[in-house]
Amino acid sequence: MSGAKAISLHVAVIILLFALNFLLPEYHHGVLARVMVFAVFAMGYALLFGYAGLLSLGHSMFFAAGMYGAALPVLHLGWSAPLAFVAGIAAGTALSLLIALLALRTTGVAFMIVTMMFAQVFYLAIIYFSPWTRGDEGFALDRQARIVDLGGNLVDLTNPTARYMIALLLFTIALFTMLRVVTSPFGRVLVAIRENEERTRMLGYNTFANKLVAVVVSGTVCAAAGAAYALLFGFAGAGFASVQYSILPLLWSLLGGAATTLGPALGALFMYYLVDITSGYTSAYLLFVGILLMLLVLFFPKGILGTARDRWARWLP
Amino acid sequence: MSFGPHLLLACLEGLVTAAVLSLTALGLSLVFGVMRIVNVAHGEFFMLGAVLAWWAASLAGGDPVIGFLLALVISPLIVGAIALLSERLVLRRLHYNPEATIVATIGLLYILQQAALSLYGPEARPVPAPFNVRIVLPWFGYSGYKLFVIAASASLLVATWLVLTRTRIGLVMRATQYDRETAQAFGIPVDRVYGGVFALGAMLAAVAAVLIVPIQQAHYLMGRDPLLLSFIVVIIGGLGSLRGTLIAALLIGLSDGVISMFFSPTLAKMIATLAVALVLVFRPQGLFGTAQR
Repeated sequence: MSGAKAISLHVAVIILLFALNFLLPEYHHGVLARVMVFAVFAMGYALLFGYAGLLSLGHSMFFAAGMYGAALPVLHLGWSAPLAFVAGIAAGTALSLLIALLALRTTGVAFMIVTMMFAQVFYLAIIYFSPWTRGDEGFALDRQARIVDLGGNLVDLTNPTARYMIALLLFTIALFTMLRVVTSPFGRVLVAIRENEERTRMLGYNTFANKLVAVVVSGTVCAAAGAAYALLFGFAGAGFASVQYSILPLLWSLLGGAATTLGPALGALFMYYLVDITSGYTSAYLLFVGILLMLLVLFFPKGILGTARDRWARWLP
Repeated sequence: MSFGPHLLLACLEGLVTAAVLSLTALGLSLVFGVMRIVNVAHGEFFMLGAVLAWWAASLAGGDPVIGFLLALVISPLIVGAIALLSERLVLRRLHYNPEATIVATIGLLYILQQAALSLYGPEARPVPAPFNVRIVLPWFGYSGYKLFVIAASASLLVATWLVLTRTRIGLVMRATQYDRETAQAFGIPVDRVYGGVFALGAMLAAVAAVLIVPIQQAHYLMGRDPLLLSFIVVIIGGLGSLRGTLIAALLIGLSDGVISMFFSPTLAKMIATLAVALVLVFRPQGLFGTAQR
């Protein structure tokens, strides 16, 4: 059965990532932990872009809402990490609900511009409230706040293995949530909206409500990634709210395959190493990003896994 | 200085912003109006115009007037050529699909920005103004060049308007904007019109940059603010409406000048951006536009 094949593939990916924790050298171990958090961000984005067909250019605000929602209470109120993580996710959910209610009144190009502008306002707000957010230079989280007491066991989030395992846990939850969502009736409705919204509405689906849920789920997953990033790597800065961080998840999704579950993660991994390796030779890595974007949209609009699905593996979710 | 002259100064600065902004936004608006695509790399054409103006000024070897005139000729030409090239090589092959175009122009934005950083460097470099005349007002002296910028932009806008409404080229462009397929059926080479409009939009941004660069200095990141402000102007003015673009540019330029002088510039940008996003949400045809057919 195709469903069983898909689930085994996803489980195999998780087991591989778990095994890599013991095999990878220190540098790549750290990179992979970071990439897994970004992959969660990419998955949250791809859910909206790949499946519901809504191209947002403002997802950095959800990532940043999670990041600051978690980091600000730690900085100013001395909250513990788990509580701050929940606060970050809640901030992302609230913001995505508000943005969805406003932005979903528009479609197509207007939706992209509106999301980009709201994200810009969010970014400027972080700069404007620098006395609390420390603006562009950002702030590091206190090490003490990143030691979590789990039923008597102290987990130190600055420890690489703990960091990797927590990132893997978050990645696993996000991946299976995404798999579950896209194979559910709700996920099918999103694909129907992407293919032909008018016809879906004629069939009796409330397309606005479905898109609203899609934006909120997407925003919440991205906020979880942002909150995790702040707590695991101990830093929050306005740079993560800039337009560049709205474009990166778009690039990751396009590269790996936006309408696939594993594509965004693959895209994030590929992109990270591409930038990492090219920046070893030249500082002009943005040039590669730009050329890559153009080539992708010209020749592989479905990305790596999207093309793979068309050619060889129809069962890929 | 008391409040009155302060306000006058703010208004003059606002007018300079508005003049340059309306040229840049007009380019974006033309491209959107005729081709129905959003060019995210528009700000980079502006930046490129400024950087090329610096290059032309250094070619002229110190004579600011020759440098300025040279820049006024070669900078729009080179920028137009680059725009035409990217339109032919990329956008046309995407069949002007709006979403694919946005992604592709984001790619173009990165390429141009990185090219400027690599070839021109990270420094902000000044370009000398072609003349230095101070117009002495009773309260303060004001740069004559800035007044020249306002006048030059205004005449360029009038020229564009005349081309659009009085010439055959303008007629062809308006026909394409009005109904692409019927225009094609009447033998208008829509494909070539698209290429020309995209290049023209980029050239308007480049001219605006040549005019502003003696005031602002050329820098490889200078395309960001004009892009955002042009978006704001084009949206408030109604996408594709020339008159709306002008009114909106005046409105935004003046209010930006006034708010930035009396309050924080970040706050001014924040309020403007938020207002525009809300305009787009609740009045998608813009404040002065009519509903799209």
